[in-house]
Amino acid sequence: MTSVVEIAAAVRRGELSAAAIIEQHLARIDKDEVDIHAFNLVMADHARARAAEVDGMVARGEDPGALAGVPVALKDLICTRGTPTTCSSRILEGWVPPYDATVVSRLTAAGAVFVGKTNMDEFAMGSSTENSAFGPTRNPRDLSRVPGGSSGGSAAAVAAGFAAIALGSDTGGSIRQPAALCGVVGVKPTYGMVSRYGLVAFASSLDQIGPFATSVADAALALDTISGHDEADSTSIPTDSARARENLGRGVDGLRVGVIAELAGAEGIAPDVAARIREAAEALSAAGAKVEETSVPAVRYGLSAYYMIAPAEASSNLARYDGVRYGLRKPGADITEMYMATRSAGFGPEVKRRIMLGTYVLSAGYYDAYYGKSQRVRTLIIRDFEEAYRSFDVLLSPTAPTTAFELGAKTSDPLTMYLSDICTIPSNLAGHPAISVPFGTGDDGLPVGAQVLAPAAGEPVMFQVAEVLEAAAAAKGGGR
Amino acid sequence: MAQPLSKDDVAHVARLARLSLSSEELERYTTQLASVLEHAADIGALDIEGVPPTAHPFPLTNVFRQDVPRPCLDRDEVLSQAPEVEDDRFRIPRILGEAP
Repeated sequence: MTSVVEIAAAVRRGELSAAAIIEQHLARIDKDEVDIHAFNLVMADHARARAAEVDGMVARGEDPGALAGVPVALKDLICTRGTPTTCSSRILEGWVPPYDATVVSRLTAAGAVFVGKTNMDEFAMGSSTENSAFGPTRNPRDLSRVPGGSSGGSAAAVAAGFAAIALGSDTGGSIRQPAALCGVVGVKPTYGMVSRYGLVAFASSLDQIGPFATSVADAALALDTISGHDEADSTSIPTDSARARENLGRGVDGLRVGVIAELAGAEGIAPDVAARIREAAEALSAAGAKVEETSVPAVRYGLSAYYMIAPAEASSNLARYDGVRYGLRKPGADITEMYMATRSAGFGPEVKRRIMLGTYVLSAGYYDAYYGKSQRVRTLIIRDFEEAYRSFDVLLSPTAPTTAFELGAKTSDPLTMYLSDICTIPSNLAGHPAISVPFGTGDDGLPVGAQVLAPAAGEPVMFQVAEVLEAAAAAKGGGR
Repeated sequence: MAQPLSKDDVAHVARLARLSLSSEELERYTTQLASVLEHAADIGALDIEGVPPTAHPFPLTNVFRQDVPRPCLDRDEVLSQAPEVEDDRFRIPRILGEAP
């Protein structure tokens, strides 16, 4: 039994123990984690104690909550009080947060059981999880391939059956792209839908927490559990929940679906991926949706704008790692030397690259040409999406340009790696939700992800369409 | 758009960001950052002077919480994570020119 909905229902009724569920998952971790390396930390003792607590509640006639006994993995940039949170960086190695993230408190209140902290690209900067200071994660579908990134450990943990749900963070595709490459469902909610209190910041105008799951319904339940207003996050939008389950089961009859021409058939999209997206469009059409190709012209500039805006914000956010209040300190004769020694030893190459790029585009003389211009491009992308959503309820595109690539294939050329995110970045720049659903496989037999994009707060219709795609993929035998 | 990126630019930016680079790193980062900036030249060519900038997808203004006292983080727990502490304060190396 792997469905979250089934696990929680059975545990709540006392038909299945949280202890038995967690032992199944820990047994899989014991067997396969040595090859996959999804985790920076497996919390076996904590998970067993917590499962016993959940079972105790059921025995006393109390309801542990909507995720009773569900094993959940957390990306290692989500703060857990008393449990190390490293961001896969030497600069935070061994750091123990003094508080829980809001998503952690909400999952705990819903009866979830945490199994571990997952590996990631350092500070969420990367698309393959190869930028981790603690070594790469491997794709459970093919150990010679990357799981995608930056939330590669979370995607791999769900794909390998180590956890039923995992949380990741998505700044330019860091949930959706690894979900596509590992063959699981991954969701980037509307900006502000999920509290970021206790999420270590990368690029604050783009970052959003979201779930991974093996099914659309499980992802919807997880999102509804963690979403909703939080006064501890000033960017949190005033809403009770994402209402991700509201339209499930309704089908897509009469819905209008636009296939984004600039992304679906773009240069750089592999022919096998493009073919699956055409089939996904046909499947929606067969299910009664009105499907047409449409144009969102400014998304072509998304990658360039993103690689100015995200590093600019990162250079500011990561200034806090100075060896004073937490984390690594390397000695220096005065405070400036201490800063330089600490940061040079603590950050890996990709993080240094982005900090320098961000510092450069914000520096005097270049601000208007790079950063200012990128912010204007961001406005154009938002306007073009608004225009498209006048004619369509949702938009469709590939999630990633290719299936999972070999480890080491893109590490020497950062720009090639950045191109992995061309289809996912526009939603972050606009603040809109998007979901990746497995839809068949490529010529190499590895999973392809179809991306459903929706306007702000469009989670109900987004999940509605995603569920139909999932059923169509299962009917074709290519999905799971 | 702007001048091509030089090694001096990268060295300057590294110093601003409090990073020290070896000469081999300086060489490599100059090439890599130049290629990213070159890719971004596509937006440099756009004529979008009249378009307002977006700093944030949904600007919320005047976001306040209830003004009620509540416990803050536990001081000992916070200080336990600091590299160096003295008298319940963060200890840092000297910041002025005098002898330590």
